[in-house]
Amino acid sequence: MYKAAVIGDSASVSGYAALGLTVFRETEPLKVKKLISRLAASNFAVIFITEPTAALADDIIEKYRNSRLPSIVLIPAVDGNTGDGMRSLHKAVEKAVGSDIL
Amino acid sequence: MARLNVNPTRMELSKLKKKLESARRGHKLLKDKRDELMRQFMNMIKENRRLRTEVEAAISEANRYMAVAGSVMQREVLETALMLPKQEIELDVEEKNVMSVMIPVFNPRYRTDSESGIYSYGTAFTSIDLDGAVAALSSVFPKMIRLAEVEKSCQLMADEIEKTRRRVNALEHIMIPDYEETIKYITMKLSENERSTTTSLMKVKDMVLKQSHNFT
Repeated sequence: MYKAAVIGDSASVSGYAALGLTVFRETEPLKVKKLISRLAASNFAVIFITEPTAALADDIIEKYRNSRLPSIVLIPAVDGNTGDGMRSLHKAVEKAVGSDIL
Repeated sequence: MARLNVNPTRMELSKLKKKLESARRGHKLLKDKRDELMRQFMNMIKENRRLRTEVEAAISEANRYMAVAGSVMQREVLETALMLPKQEIELDVEEKNVMSVMIPVFNPRYRTDSESGIYSYGTAFTSIDLDGAVAALSSVFPKMIRLAEVEKSCQLMADEIEKTRRRVNALEHIMIPDYEETIKYITMKLSENERSTTTSLMKVKDMVLKQSHNFT
């Protein structure tokens, strides 16, 4: 049985606790990286991570890009949308098509 | 194009012809696979973009509510209200095979089905904006799960398309021309040998005739 997690700063992720997601309030780069590896190794299938927090651990997120699980999804934080989530979509298109056609 | 380093024999020639035939067949199959993957990928990308826009809009909305709730209530009270959730989500993960790419399918299962399950706090000491934030997140959550699914599928498919495209290109521009050139080389070499044998036979015949019958 798999679970879903949310990682980010406290203000952005508190609300998800009410939905029954496992919430991790973490914004230290090293700790975030370790946390993602730990969650990926255990039974977390989906990890939502706020865009500013994801920017701190982009190398580890990149590592899990082509593995089957977990699915790491970028969500906007409380202080606005940085567009990183959409950028990762453009990256996939660029990889598949050869150029960004969106 | 580089010629393969093989001996120009009939054995090699027939081996290479077989290889060329299977390379051509493989090329055609891989090309079809690439085209179909690309078609599915484009559909997936469209859905991904739509979902992401919707999800981002809804989360921003929830975040606005949350910000208001945070300013009306004390931080500690807000955290305490959300500390012990009633609701819990578990995911069933299945796999779907799309053109040999295994993409995940998430089926969320909730601990409580009731709509009030998401409100883990009493309403007396909490702001109404907190209800708004939680309700907004709750309504967008199915889309978030679908987004996780689609986004992963897009990433996996993009990887597979890239691999397939490389294979198609390698077959089309390197392996098939190499085989063709080597086959041509062996054919030429063999016919050259044949001609040379014929010529020397004629020569020998001439010499023998000359010796035995004094033919000129």
